[in-house]
Amino acid sequence: MEFLSYLISGISLGSVYAIIALGYTMVYGIAKMLNFAHGDVIMVGGYISFCAISYLGLPGWLALILAMAVCTVLGIVIEGLAYKPLRSAPSLAVLITAIGVSYFLQNTALLIWKAAPKVYPSLIPTTNAQGESNALQLFNGQLSISYISLLTMASCIVIMIALTLFTSKTKMGKAMRACSEDKGAAQLMGINVNATISTTFAIGSALAAIAGVLLCSSYPTLQPTTGSMPGIKAFTAAVFGGIGSIPGAFLGGLLLGIIEAMAKAYISTNLANTIVFAVLIVVLLVKPAGLLGKYVPEKV
Amino acid sequence: MKKKFFALMMTMVMVLSLAACGGKAETSAPADSNTPAQSGETAEGGSTFKLGTIGPLTGDAAIYGQAVANGAKIAVDEINASDSAIKFEFQSEDDVADGETSVNAYNTLMDWGMQVMVGPTTTGASIAVAAKAAEERTFMLTPSASSTDVIAPGDNVFQVCFTDPNQGIASADYMADNMSGAKIAVIYRNDDAYSQGIRDTFVSQSKANNLEVVYEGTFTADTATDFSVQLTAAQAAGADTVFLPIYYQPASVILTQAAAMNYAPTFFGVDGMDGILTMEGFDTALAEGVMLLTPFSADASDERTQNFVKAYQAAYGEIPNQFAADAYDGVYIVKAALEAAGCTGDMSATDICEALVGVMSTISVDGLTGQGMTWAATGEVSKAPMAVVIENGTYVLP
Repeated sequence: MEFLSYLISGISLGSVYAIIALGYTMVYGIAKMLNFAHGDVIMVGGYISFCAISYLGLPGWLALILAMAVCTVLGIVIEGLAYKPLRSAPSLAVLITAIGVSYFLQNTALLIWKAAPKVYPSLIPTTNAQGESNALQLFNGQLSISYISLLTMASCIVIMIALTLFTSKTKMGKAMRACSEDKGAAQLMGINVNATISTTFAIGSALAAIAGVLLCSSYPTLQPTTGSMPGIKAFTAAVFGGIGSIPGAFLGGLLLGIIEAMAKAYISTNLANTIVFAVLIVVLLVKPAGLLGKYVPEKV
Repeated sequence: MKKKFFALMMTMVMVLSLAACGGKAETSAPADSNTPAQSGETAEGGSTFKLGTIGPLTGDAAIYGQAVANGAKIAVDEINASDSAIKFEFQSEDDVADGETSVNAYNTLMDWGMQVMVGPTTTGASIAVAAKAAEERTFMLTPSASSTDVIAPGDNVFQVCFTDPNQGIASADYMADNMSGAKIAVIYRNDDAYSQGIRDTFVSQSKANNLEVVYEGTFTADTATDFSVQLTAAQAAGADTVFLPIYYQPASVILTQAAAMNYAPTFFGVDGMDGILTMEGFDTALAEGVMLLTPFSADASDERTQNFVKAYQAAYGEIPNQFAADAYDGVYIVKAALEAAGCTGDMSATDICEALVGVMSTISVDGLTGQGMTWAATGEVSKAPMAVVIENGTYVLP
C-alpha cells in the first residue's frame, strides 16, 4: 500500500513538472530558444493568483484566469522587449538574455512582495471545515489521494492533448510547426514569423500561470525563488522526454516525478536528486535526443 | 535594434541599482537621526559608543536581518532615551547572508569607526566575519548565528542564541523526560549546517536517553516543497512524534501535507520553528499542538516582552520574532559588559575588545530570551530553553 502511495506522490509531482515542461518544450520547439525565465513566469502567476485570492477575495477559478491573463501579457512583453531584438543574434546571446530576464523577474518580485514566504491558499482546501483531510479515500482509507493531486493530473493530460491537437490541426499550429522547421522558408510562404513566435510565448506563459497555480496549490509556499527549482527540474524533464516534443515533455515530467519519489522512498532521501540525474545521463547516453525526441542530423 | 535593447537593459540595471540604494538609505537614515545630540561627546560623565549590526536586509534571508536590525534599533533608542551613562550611535549594514559581502560590510563599519559589533545574523556570514574580527581584535556578539564554528575563531566572539548542539541535546532530554516511549521520526535539511548540526546531537543524545528513532528523512533547499514521501515513510514506520530541526517555512509545508494525508503525530520543532504563526496566509489551525523549544515568545506576559512587542509593532507593524529579541538582548548585553568593564567612548575598538573579553564570563544578564544569561570563555551562552506548545494560535507552556 505504501508503494501505491509513493507512486501517487510521484505522479502528482511529475504532473506539475510535466505542465511546466510543456511550456519549455513549446517555446523551444518553435522559437528554438531555451526560455530560462519560464520558471519565474510561474512564480509571477503564483503571486498574481495569491493576491487575487487573499487580498481581493476572488474565487479560485477567477484568480486562475486573472493570473493567466497577466502572465500572457507578461510573456508577450518579455518576448517583444528582450528576445525579439535578438532574433538574428547567436543563440548564446538569447540564452544569457533569458537568464537576465529570470533574475529581473525574481528581483522585481522581491521588491514588490518581499522575501518573507507566503502560504498559498490552495484551490481545493486540504482539510475541510471539520479539520478532516479533504482527499479521495481508497481501500478503507489506507490510501488517500488529495483532490488537488487529481486536479493536477487531469489538467496535465487535458493540456497535453489540447496542445497536440492545436499544433497538428489548427492553422496557427501549422504555422508554428513551419516556423520550427525553417523560419526563412516559412516567411517566404507568407507566414508572419514574429506574430507566430509571440503567440507561442503567449501560450507558453498562460501554461506557466496554470502551472504556478497548481504548483502552489500542491506545495503551498510562495516566495520569489519558488519557480526556479521546479523550472530547472522541468527543463530536465523536457530534455529527458526529448525537447521540442509535446508528448515527450509529458512523459519526461511524469517519469522524473516517479523516479524522484521512488528513489526517496526506497533508496535514500539523501541520494534522490543524484539518482534522478544519473538516470537522465544514462538515458541521454543511449538516446541523445531524449525518449521521444527526433534526432536531426546537422546539415553541412 | 541591438543598441535600443542595450540601452533598455542599462536603464533596467540603473533603475534596479537606484532601488537598492533607496532601500539601504531608508534603514540607515533613521538610525543616524538620534545621534547628533551626543555625537562622541561625553555628556554628564557618560560615553557614546559606535555600535554596528550586520545582516541580510535584502535577499532570501532578509526576514532575519531586518528583524536583527530592527530589534537592535529599538534597544539603542531605549538606551539613548534613558538616563543611562552609556549611549550608542547605531549603524546597520546589509550582507545578503553572504560571507564575502559580510566581511565587506564589517570593513565599512570599521571605517565608520565601529567599536562593538552585534552581528552578523546568519551562520555562514558570521563564520567569515568572526575570523576577521578575531584577527583584528574587535568585540563580536552574534545575536543569532548558532553554529559552534562561529565562536571557534577567537575568544572575542560571543553568541546570544543557543548553539545548535545545545538545541539537539535539550530536545532529546525534553522528550526523554516528558514523552517517554515515543517513536520518533526526524525530517531535516541535510544541506544546511544548522539543521544537520541539531539532528546530529539530537540523534546521539536520544541514543543515550534510550529514545527510539524509527525513521530519518532528509531534504535539501531544492526539494523543500514536497514531503509526501517522507511523511508516508514516517507514518509507515509507526512514528508518533516527528522532530523537525528546520526553519518554519518548510515546516509549514510539512504540516499542510501531513494534514492532507490524515497523519497527526506530535510535531516537535526548535527555534527555527518560531515565526510559523505569523507567516502570511498560513492556517494556524494546522499548527495546533505543535511543540517547540524557543528562547522567546512574543506572547509572554512579562512586562519587558510586552513593551518590546508593543514598540516593535508600533515601529515596524509586525510581531517581532526571536531574531529581533536576540538582537535587542545583544545590545543590552553589550551595554552591561561595557559598564562592567568601565569602558569609555574614547577607547579604541581593540582596547574595548580586550576589556569586554575580560568581563564577559563574569556578567549575568536578564533579557527577553532568557533569565540570568551567562557566558563560557568559549563564547557559548548558557540559558534555559523553554518548551512551548501551540494552542489556539499562541504559545503556551505545556
